[in-house]
Amino acid sequence: MPPAPKPVPKDYVPVFFPKRQGGAGASGGAEEARTSIVVVGHVDHGKSTLIGRLLADTGSLPEGKLEAAEKASREEGMPLEYAFLLDALLEEQAQNITIDTTRIGFRYEGQSFEIIDAPGHREFIKNMVTGAAAAEEAVLLIDAKEGCKEQTRRHGLLLSLLGVSQVIVAVNKMDLVGWDEARFRELEKEIREYLGGLKIIPRQVIPISAREGATIMRRDSKNLGWWKGPTLLEALVASRAKKASGDEGPLRFSVQDVYRFDERRVVAGKLESGTIQVGDPVVFFPDRKTSRVKTIETWGENQASTRVGAGRCVAVTLEEQIFVERGHVGSLPDHPPVESREVRARIFWLDAEPLRLQAPVTLRLGTQSVETRLVAIDRVVDAEKLEAVNEAREEVGRFEVAEVRLRCRRPLVYDAHDQVAATGRFALQRGSRIGGGGIIIFAEYSLSLAKAVKGDHLTWTEGRVTSEARAGHFGHEGAIVWLTGLSGSGKSTIAVALESLLFRRGIGSMILDGDNLRHGLCADLGFSIEDRAENIRRAGEVAKLMAESGLVVISSLISPLRKEREAVRASSHSAGLSFAEVYIDAPIEACEKRDPRGLYQKARKGEIRGFTGIDSPYEKPENPDLILHTDKESVEDSVAKLLAHVLGLVQLKEKDQESAGGPGGQI
Amino acid sequence: MSYLQHLEDQSIYILREAFSNFKNMAMPWSMGKDSNTLIWLAKKAFAGKIPFPLLHIDTTYEFPEMLSFREWARKHYELDLIVMINEEARKRGVGYETHDPVTVTHELKSAALQQALAKYKWDALVTGIRRDEDSTRAKERYFSPRTAENEWEYRDQPPEFWGQFTTAVGPGEHVRVQPLLDWTELDVWEYVRREGIPIPKMYFAQNGRRYRSLGCWPITKSIESSVDTLEGIVAELKTTKTSERAGRAQDHHERNAMQKLRAKGFM
Ligand SMILES: Nc1nc2c(ncn2[C@@H]2O[C@H](COP(=O)(O)OP(=O)(O)OP(=O)(O)O)[C@@H](O)[C@H]2O)c(=O)[nH]1
Ligand SMILES: [Mg+2]
Repeated sequence: MPPAPKPVPKDYVPVFFPKRQGGAGASGGAEEARTSIVVVGHVDHGKSTLIGRLLADTGSLPEGKLEAAEKASREEGMPLEYAFLLDALLEEQAQNITIDTTRIGFRYEGQSFEIIDAPGHREFIKNMVTGAAAAEEAVLLIDAKEGCKEQTRRHGLLLSLLGVSQVIVAVNKMDLVGWDEARFRELEKEIREYLGGLKIIPRQVIPISAREGATIMRRDSKNLGWWKGPTLLEALVASRAKKASGDEGPLRFSVQDVYRFDERRVVAGKLESGTIQVGDPVVFFPDRKTSRVKTIETWGENQASTRVGAGRCVAVTLEEQIFVERGHVGSLPDHPPVESREVRARIFWLDAEPLRLQAPVTLRLGTQSVETRLVAIDRVVDAEKLEAVNEAREEVGRFEVAEVRLRCRRPLVYDAHDQVAATGRFALQRGSRIGGGGIIIFAEYSLSLAKAVKGDHLTWTEGRVTSEARAGHFGHEGAIVWLTGLSGSGKSTIAVALESLLFRRGIGSMILDGDNLRHGLCADLGFSIEDRAENIRRAGEVAKLMAESGLVVISSLISPLRKEREAVRASSHSAGLSFAEVYIDAPIEACEKRDPRGLYQKARKGEIRGFTGIDSPYEKPENPDLILHTDKESVEDSVAKLLAHVLGLVQLKEKDQESAGGPGGQI
Repeated sequence: MSYLQHLEDQSIYILREAFSNFKNMAMPWSMGKDSNTLIWLAKKAFAGKIPFPLLHIDTTYEFPEMLSFREWARKHYELDLIVMINEEARKRGVGYETHDPVTVTHELKSAALQQALAKYKWDALVTGIRRDEDSTRAKERYFSPRTAENEWEYRDQPPEFWGQFTTAVGPGEHVRVQPLLDWTELDVWEYVRREGIPIPKMYFAQNGRRYRSLGCWPITKSIESSVDTLEGIVAELKTTKTSERAGRAQDHHERNAMQKLRAKGFM
């Protein structure tokens, strides 16, 4: 043992104070970029060996590391196993298999890389996903002798789900097939076809031998003289993807927390996308309250920032003291995210216990965490052939990929994955463990911003009766049939006829009439632009509540503005409800001739102001679900068409009907 | 955005996620460069205030100069600092004079940590470990659960992706939160330089020797070096092939010594 160090004098200052170079935003750091590359492929195809080789050939190993691997190989009774440079656990070395993913850095030709070793054994797919999710690019390795195997394909499929589309394929162990070009070309064709089905075009397909060190850093002119393409390292250096900064995307500010450690009230969060500036009016979802950014707080900086971009973790103070909490998402008013209880996604499941229909799981997206149920499995993708499995499924099993619909207990704020990746992907957690994840494949963006919620600290309560149970009980689903058209176009006539036809079939239905509403719920509203908008909003909310309770709601309001009708549609879909916009189309001349209540006459005389079609606009639906020409066809014909459409929306599928009992069970 | 900036933001994200998800967290703090970088990042994450206690596990083999640094930092950063010594093991006579370094490390560090966990019932501990330090650390998660026995179940780690971490633990268990996992030794020094983070003078050469990594004095060797500036350290690191922890005896005691130590609660 060395002698004990001497005590230090009382007045000694043991601190070194470096001169500050620049702080945040400074270009500092020798390495301006670092590309993360994951190596994937079937078990034993040589992934760890390849990485060990890369590290050794490029001289990236610290002193003694190769010797330690040699020693470990000897103890396991084999010649130098390059894989042991990565497979550091005793269990891994004893079985010569990778259990968990490793991340290791290396530099080559002045460029910096991080290589991620992923395990190939199917038992450790969760670790492969963990490794691959952190990567920007992938090397997919195939054993030349064994060819494409189960995990070769599944890893390819998972890469596409994880958003890793930059792929280089390496055909390894060429030494075992006599360095045969024909065999290489055959495998190249097979893998290109498979990846093509996933919309992945590999940058390069390269023949290598990890063990012999062929075409990794050095060319092997003796054995692979026929190969004129790049070495693996050349391909890696060349393919370094240009990273999009994300600054151009719409603002998505995930709130992590609100701190009140001193007199300041600081909203802390991450800019998943877009930029934020002092003075910006930020709308926080799901409450949609707006406040301007007062300051961007920085600690230890000489200068306050006024603008920060995507990827940054920031802390801001707000001008208006609105209620904000963890899980809220800030956006600018012009590009809001979707707020919905319905999620359509492509998911992967990792847990041994399958994910069953209706079973509760927690959906975690950014800093949001919402109780969710799987309500439909639309298709399960077979990794072998990339085809949808054609069977009704009650569960998504371990390692399966499926397109599903999820329903959340309260509104989730999200984007489609192809719009904003960071807010379009999520993890699914069961109990305390993450069991799977997914990307959102559909999002219905609304044209206008819904009203801000005034109250604070609101929670969302959901009863135990699910909408599926309700539908089973009544024998049909709830829905909103939204009739729109000029005054006198025939909305009420059709609504009344439809209601009674539905009722006779045992389908609970109810008319929501514009004039009726104005007697009660909307008694305080007039006919100004704002009041008419509010009238539609209230009608939409009431329709939603009634449809959620299981009824088919027939709304009969002129609802002249496209934007407002679209808002009701989006908000109905967010609640998981079917919505049909039905355009009752009759030319204004015809309506004016009918004039059942003499209103057109009064409008023409100027006794009524702001009458739709006369001195107030009517915007025709652009893509209505159905058009009824009441001037050309009989009421009976129109209603029959409408009835067929509505039945298509609300009737239960055969499978569900068997279990359906109750009043309407016989339809 | 520079890579260093990316690392800073990621660490801040992790620190905040931990603070929001756990009820009772603490940050073990060894006073080295990584520990001081962590303090700096925590200050940034929480707008100037570190809202949880720090823990120094005093092995009683600390360099006196480091203890003096500890007191300086306690005042300078207004730290809520807890000091823990495994008195019981010291009474039994456990020490480098009589025991091998793996045993001493386990008793005076891991067991002391276990005692602190039992006493304060923390559900999360922020550590400053990095993947490039050791090949078992290279397999770590950002949020890495530990059993009630303080053990690392490295054979079955939970999946972790897209910034979603393991944030729920059973009774008596805790999670190691590791914000510096993606940093390299060089990144840490570059960041210290960029930010001007105060660090112990022992990292700089005195009489032709300096320390690259600081541990217990009986098992920590200084290296031959005349480097006395941060620029010098960065330049030296870019050319060296020796690993950072080469100077720490407990890592090299036997094959996979670190794996065994770490499985039993060592950081
Ligand atoms: N002949 C030959 N053998 C190779 C080559 N590359 C790897 N191997 C051997 O293939 C075996 C498996 O290699 P690993 O690198 O452990 O395979 P892996 O893909 O990392 O396996 P997992 O991580 O467990 O999925 C080892 O015995 C290697 O020595 C090669 O190019 N030629
Ligand atoms: Mg491997």
